[in-house]
Amino acid sequence: MAENFEKHSDISAADLARLNQEAQAEATPSTAKIIWNEFKADKPAMAALFIIVGFIAFVMIGALFINTPKMMETNIMDYFDKPFTTDFWLGADSGGRSVAKQLIVGSRNSIGIAIGLTVISSTVGICWGLISGYFGGYIDWGMQRVYDFTMMLPMLMMIIVLVTIIPHYNAVSLTLIFSLFYWEGTSRLIRSRTLAETQKDYVAASKTSGTSNWKIIFQGIMPNISSLIIIDTTLSFAENIGVETGLSYLGFGLPTQTPSLGTMIANANDPTNITLYWWTWLPAALEIIVLCLSISYIGQVLRRAADASQRQGAAD
Amino acid sequence: MWKTILRRLLIMIPEVILLSVLVFLLAKAMPGDPFTGSINPKADPAQIKHLMEINGLNDPWYQQYWNWVVHLFHGNLGNSYQYQEPVTRLIEGRAGNTLWLAFFTMILTYAFALPLGVYAGRHEGKLPDTIIRFYTYVTFCIPVFVILVLGIWIFGYVLGWFPTTGSVSSDAQTWAQTVGSRFYHILLPSLLGALFGTVNIVQYLRSEVIDAKHSDYVRTARSKGVPSKDIYRHHIFRNSLLPIAAFAGYSITGLLNGSIFTETVFSYPGMGLLFVNSISYRDYTVITALVLIYGILNLVGTLLSDIILSIVDPRVRIE
Repeated sequence: MAENFEKHSDISAADLARLNQEAQAEATPSTAKIIWNEFKADKPAMAALFIIVGFIAFVMIGALFINTPKMMETNIMDYFDKPFTTDFWLGADSGGRSVAKQLIVGSRNSIGIAIGLTVISSTVGICWGLISGYFGGYIDWGMQRVYDFTMMLPMLMMIIVLVTIIPHYNAVSLTLIFSLFYWEGTSRLIRSRTLAETQKDYVAASKTSGTSNWKIIFQGIMPNISSLIIIDTTLSFAENIGVETGLSYLGFGLPTQTPSLGTMIANANDPTNITLYWWTWLPAALEIIVLCLSISYIGQVLRRAADASQRQGAAD
Repeated sequence: MWKTILRRLLIMIPEVILLSVLVFLLAKAMPGDPFTGSINPKADPAQIKHLMEINGLNDPWYQQYWNWVVHLFHGNLGNSYQYQEPVTRLIEGRAGNTLWLAFFTMILTYAFALPLGVYAGRHEGKLPDTIIRFYTYVTFCIPVFVILVLGIWIFGYVLGWFPTTGSVSSDAQTWAQTVGSRFYHILLPSLLGALFGTVNIVQYLRSEVIDAKHSDYVRTARSKGVPSKDIYRHHIFRNSLLPIAAFAGYSITGLLNGSIFTETVFSYPGMGLLFVNSISYRDYTVITALVLIYGILNLVGTLLSDIILSIVDPRVRIE
């Protein structure tokens, strides 16, 4: 074939290579490439990305070097030690426990639960929305009624009640309880996009050529709405950080011996703590804010990357 | 129109029944029994057994459920173990506080969000729009309880501008003083809640205004020589207002869920704080009643929004 081509064509090999290169350059860049360009064009986004990735890596690795049960032992001699002293660079809490170490282990726990929750609830929500939107009819009707019903439940109260019913819960069961309620937003969004996507020609073409429904859903429609999925997952990750920390703040999340950003902020419930011993809770509160803002900023950049008219990164 | 509302109401009935069954079963699954706390520790186990028998606690669950529902329709939600008084009276005393706080927060939210949304849409892409979009981005994902804790620390404790606990000060004597003190107590929580709860309305209104700017009726109004100010005030704003009004129902549900955090942070004696306390004391009758009430309020809020939306926008009517 190639020999034939060379024999009968008057285009030289060099020209061919150049033409190929030009075609490559003109072709639509891949999603990953677009997103990377967008991050390169937006310096704050790059900073946010590095903060998030670096911080998560830091707490995940750092927590490995901390002996949690030993850290949670009370030591009355260090009762409310001030920050920036020799032993405790963020001070100590009412039990003489180091705030800095608690912050690292607590971040690991809180972020870990947020990641687990995001993975489970997004997977359920995406599948739910895809199936409901694709099949329509009675399947859609039934799934929508289930959705309506769970939307009606007072989410926070149900979670608290479930946590009190389960006798021995840990981080895993806690994540599963949260996941029961947090798939809804995603499923609604994915369903409405799938409804629109199902009307398109490529779906009809696949159907007539006999492709199985599951193949159309997961290999046809899902890749086409992948940008929406990426954005939604990022933003729900930012929101999910608030879920576990909020519950732990109220006292219904992780048990007291397991540090979490929420239990640290709960130190502020005591009127003396909140003013006199601010270092026991303020770092955790600020950390949540920085984390949420960074993740949400990355979400904004991804949203821009998905919408060609808003892109800032040059598509070269 | 009426058909839509009727259909919506009919769908509600099985939902309420399911909710009540779920709440009942959850209450059954909680550890302990209804006599915990009301009998003295030296009570004879046989006597407890007798009490269980008399109160029908050994019946099958569907029969117990039926009895519970019958009591419910007679307005009897049982007694609270912690406070030793009827649950209905207990909740009556707290519901007012919660609803008053939620209502005021909602008014403030709309008061902030409406001008911001229209202003951002009107000056799309310019500096005010950028600032407002930055504001919505900041308030979008920060968990509310963190903001409340920081708010009570700065404005309540450090600066001392606002009360940090309770719903009314004890030295308020006259009617005017009581109302004033109540208002003073809810001002900080509702201000914080409103400032950090505008995102949805602002973003919706902004895109609505941007769409409307390029629509035919606005172009007609412009060509007639209607001043720009009047176009925004009378044409665009009015058209965008109704769907926004429909959000009210949804925001009620959001505010009620949020009340658990707000009331805990501000030690504000409403239903949310009552719930948290009841959980700590394992006060099951109160917990069951509150979950049921919140569920029904959620349902009514959603119903309200759906009905307003279907009046405003015929496309969303259920077929």
